[in-house]
Amino acid sequence: MIEPLSIGKIEQEIIDDFSLFDNWEEKYEYIIDMGKKLPPLDDIHKKEENIIKGCQSTVWLVAEQKDGRIYFKADSDAVIVKGLISLLIRVLSGQTATDILETKLDFINKIGMMQHLAQTRSNGLLSMIKQMKHYALAFNTVAS
Amino acid sequence: MEAVKEKIQAYNVTALRNKFPVLNVKVNRHPLVYLDNAATTQKPESVIKALESYYKNYNANIHRGIHHLAEKATVAFEETRTEVQKFLNAAHREEIILTKGTTESINLVASSWGRKNLKENDEVIISTMEHHSNIVPWQLICEEKKAKLKVIPISDEGELDLEAFRSLLSPKTKMVSVVHVSNSLGTINPVEEIIEMAHAAGAVVLIDGAQSTAHLKIDVARMNCDFFALSAHKVYGPTGVGVLYGKKEILEEMPPYQGGGEMIGEVKFEKTTYNELPYKFEAGTPNIAGVIAFREALFFLNANNHTLIHEHEQRLLEYATKKISSVDGIRLIGTAKSKIGVISFLLNGAHPQDVGVLLDQQGIAVRTGHHCTQPLMTRLGIPGTVRASLAMYNTHEEIDLLTEALLKAKKMLL
Ligand SMILES: Cc1ncc(COP(=O)(O)O)c(C=O)c1O
Repeated sequence: MIEPLSIGKIEQEIIDDFSLFDNWEEKYEYIIDMGKKLPPLDDIHKKEENIIKGCQSTVWLVAEQKDGRIYFKADSDAVIVKGLISLLIRVLSGQTATDILETKLDFINKIGMMQHLAQTRSNGLLSMIKQMKHYALAFNTVAS
Repeated sequence: MEAVKEKIQAYNVTALRNKFPVLNVKVNRHPLVYLDNAATTQKPESVIKALESYYKNYNANIHRGIHHLAEKATVAFEETRTEVQKFLNAAHREEIILTKGTTESINLVASSWGRKNLKENDEVIISTMEHHSNIVPWQLICEEKKAKLKVIPISDEGELDLEAFRSLLSPKTKMVSVVHVSNSLGTINPVEEIIEMAHAAGAVVLIDGAQSTAHLKIDVARMNCDFFALSAHKVYGPTGVGVLYGKKEILEEMPPYQGGGEMIGEVKFEKTTYNELPYKFEAGTPNIAGVIAFREALFFLNANNHTLIHEHEQRLLEYATKKISSVDGIRLIGTAKSKIGVISFLLNGAHPQDVGVLLDQQGIAVRTGHHCTQPLMTRLGIPGTVRASLAMYNTHEEIDLLTEALLKAKKMLL
């Protein structure tokens, strides 16, 4: 099995991708496109306990552990949030619990998307990152 | 047509805009188009100056000091009360209670009036289009007193069903608390009729004027409401200041809301007596700077011809409604016959939040979501809306920009 890229490497890939965009339209079109391409979560996962409630949009998140790595699946009813989710999954899914717990996800700031994590956005993204780390912590504790 | 043109000329929106410093800022490299006035309006220079001047020149606590600054601050503070009295056409200045805002004003009535007057099986009537601030305080007191909360239904267009209201009224009805203008839909409710019907049934009426005060002429004497609540920050004034108007004879019978400084007559451990109106309801040090600056907001409103403002806003509403609904896939939410400048809408196939984010990228400030009216959204079967809300300084050009931005957002999302 090939080792997946490290969190840092994937973050750099995304930063490089985003550096190609000349304006906000290209950037958001890309995110919207990613959002549309993210496979929808099966309805069975869209249950109350998987909901991360924002004030306006809803995010669903499920996680599983396989061979020491954590895999995430997520969905949202808002497409821009979904695009950002897809980036987070690209970075974090398939990583080890320790790496997930340690990362600061600097790429979000570097691609100019920090505003979407502000508390006021109320879109559930910040809570989603927290929840991803909680899963990592939980799996880590169980494993050790 | 000539007459209309003349009026448009008489309304100098550019001169007006120049009085609001924030309207010159750029957002995401675009000139700001501020269409979130139902959340809070911008402040004219005179209000900002008054805030600064208080802190720079006569900052002092009020009603207690004997020194020069305290005297000056107290006078300025009390002048606002007089100005509010005139503005609302209240009979007495002690009928004006200065609060933190509409939310506190309603909580004050629910808590104080409700504690004294509600008992088991009494009924409080609100409506489907209430802001959470006019729902939750009543739920709290009704639960405590085992009273019942009844809700006036609305039509799909967003108008109150007055026939249903009539059938809800009974000798059990003790309070009717309804919104003057809906923050989510813009509907202007026929409050005078509602008040008359409620009074005939022996009930007391509170009008939530948070959204109406900046746009309609308010005359509490003519309206004959028992309570009227408003927030200064939605009327071009500072945040953290509000008003509760109440009829003197009702306020006098009400127990204090909060205990503390200012509201007391004499404190003894055996028994405390309370101050007279309005101080009985004003415990603690208030937002002195904000209250003083609020007077400037009222001056500002009075200095502008109310009829011209209203006509300007109505013309804009009509224009915006036409422009926005001309975009394919737009569904207007709230199409009452009588409205202020609130245009709530949905874009088919797009989440309101996505539309809001893309409008923001283009410098356009709107609000998205349920606007603190979740039961209304549930009734309409929608998760929320995109809401553009107008004020006196908005322009036809800004509506054009909104429409263009909306078309762009649509192209990107769908
Ligand atoms: C109709 C209505 N009622 C009450 C409120 C609450 O006002 P405040 O937050 O200023 O207390 C608002 C504010 O959004 C409102 O629109």
